[in-house]
Amino acid sequence: MNDWDWSNVDKFMPHFWDGLAVTLQALLLGSLIAFSLGLVWAIAQRSHVVWVRWPVTAVTEFIRNTPLLVQLFFLFYVVPEWGPEFSPLTTGIIGLGLHYSTYTAEVYRAGINGVPDGQWEAAIALNLPKRRTWTSVILPQAIRRVIPALGNYVVSMLKDSPMIAVIGAFEMLGEAQQYSNVTFTTEAITVVGVAFIVIAYPASLLIRLLERRLVR
Amino acid sequence: MSADNKPTKETANPAADGSELIRFDGVTKRFGSNVVLDHMDFTVSSGKHVTLIGPSGSGKTTILRLLMTLLKPDEGTIKVAGDYLTHEERNGKLVPAGEKHVREVRKKIGMVFQQFNLFPNMGVLRNITEAPVHVLGLPKEEAEQRARELLEMVGLTEHIDKYPSQLSGGQQQRVAIARALAMRPQVLLLDEVTSALDPELVAGVLDVLRDIAHTTDITMLCVTHEMNFARDISDDVLMFDSGRVIESGSPEKIFSEPEHERTREFLSAVR
Repeated sequence: MNDWDWSNVDKFMPHFWDGLAVTLQALLLGSLIAFSLGLVWAIAQRSHVVWVRWPVTAVTEFIRNTPLLVQLFFLFYVVPEWGPEFSPLTTGIIGLGLHYSTYTAEVYRAGINGVPDGQWEAAIALNLPKRRTWTSVILPQAIRRVIPALGNYVVSMLKDSPMIAVIGAFEMLGEAQQYSNVTFTTEAITVVGVAFIVIAYPASLLIRLLERRLVR
Repeated sequence: MSADNKPTKETANPAADGSELIRFDGVTKRFGSNVVLDHMDFTVSSGKHVTLIGPSGSGKTTILRLLMTLLKPDEGTIKVAGDYLTHEERNGKLVPAGEKHVREVRKKIGMVFQQFNLFPNMGVLRNITEAPVHVLGLPKEEAEQRARELLEMVGLTEHIDKYPSQLSGGQQQRVAIARALAMRPQVLLLDEVTSALDPELVAGVLDVLRDIAHTTDITMLCVTHEMNFARDISDDVLMFDSGRVIESGSPEKIFSEPEHERTREFLSAVR
């Protein structure tokens, strides 16, 4: 095994920053998709219309029960055969967001079910329209309670983000692997490993703090 | 309007003229094989205060929940101020009511719940103004002015900026009463509104309701186990047992000389 060589770290750093930018973009935009799409799934699954409820359940179950890696390959290699074609990063963001939206949907669902029946009943007694009941009574209470659980999925997504390298979106680990393969060194991989901890651990602490403050 | 009308009288119910406001015709409600209401017929005149008493599971609360459209009857029809609540007439036929029709008729009804059901994500003021602004379309200032008056009436002016979790149960219930009245309903449904309260907080809530009963002409339907309160405010008392009204009359009659053996049993048990 080679001795640790700081010059390799120095040489890798420009690539590291590129990779970090990709990772953070994927994480931020992927989370946005997962948070908003998950909410759509959760509300659609409560629809009285069976033709809304049933397909949404089928699609989300399917996505949740197949590997993210397969979905990424499918989005990148199969979808463009007959549908739109996107860059590796955009495809990766869509893949992460879509995959995690099926998990956030479950989180929202639990949050919505956790709002007492009395809240719905009070909204009916006050004659509030359905939409207003959702936006001003149910969701504010449901979402407040599930913010920590959503946060946990952001951390999970961070840890899954290296998968998008397989379709050519070079985030941190992809950059490190490429650098290492060319130089036969290990420092780049180590730097990235440390970077994951530096991002994920404080995030977990933040989530724990939120949990204590929001979930009562 | 005649000159001897009390100027302080609320005008929540413009038609408190003793005309028929609520009508149940052959209403049956089952939960599985359990018949909670059995072909119930009854009417409440406008402006009356009616108390429903009886053992738990006898169907009292079901009456209120049917009126609030929290439940649907399995059979029969319910009318409020001459309009069908559960049905609507279309081309001369009676069909199950659509959402729009229900919302229109439901405007006449307000409800206060055993568990208060205030919105915990809103402050006291917004709890009261939310529906007037977003259902009745009142301007915010007007709704807030009205909310302040109502809070004064229930004695909670100084708590206007608090959240429900910062209030006692009795205070929350008084806010809930103000919230229901802010919609100016013709009928106020009170579903065991003191049952979830600590004993020392009951009196404050009952005082507010007594005040409303005596100074407004709002129609009240009240399910309660507080017999003294029932005696104070009621024009009529209905005794329920097993999904039927077995006896009804003035509070003096029901509480002093009940005819039915079952009523006597019940009253001696709750006293």
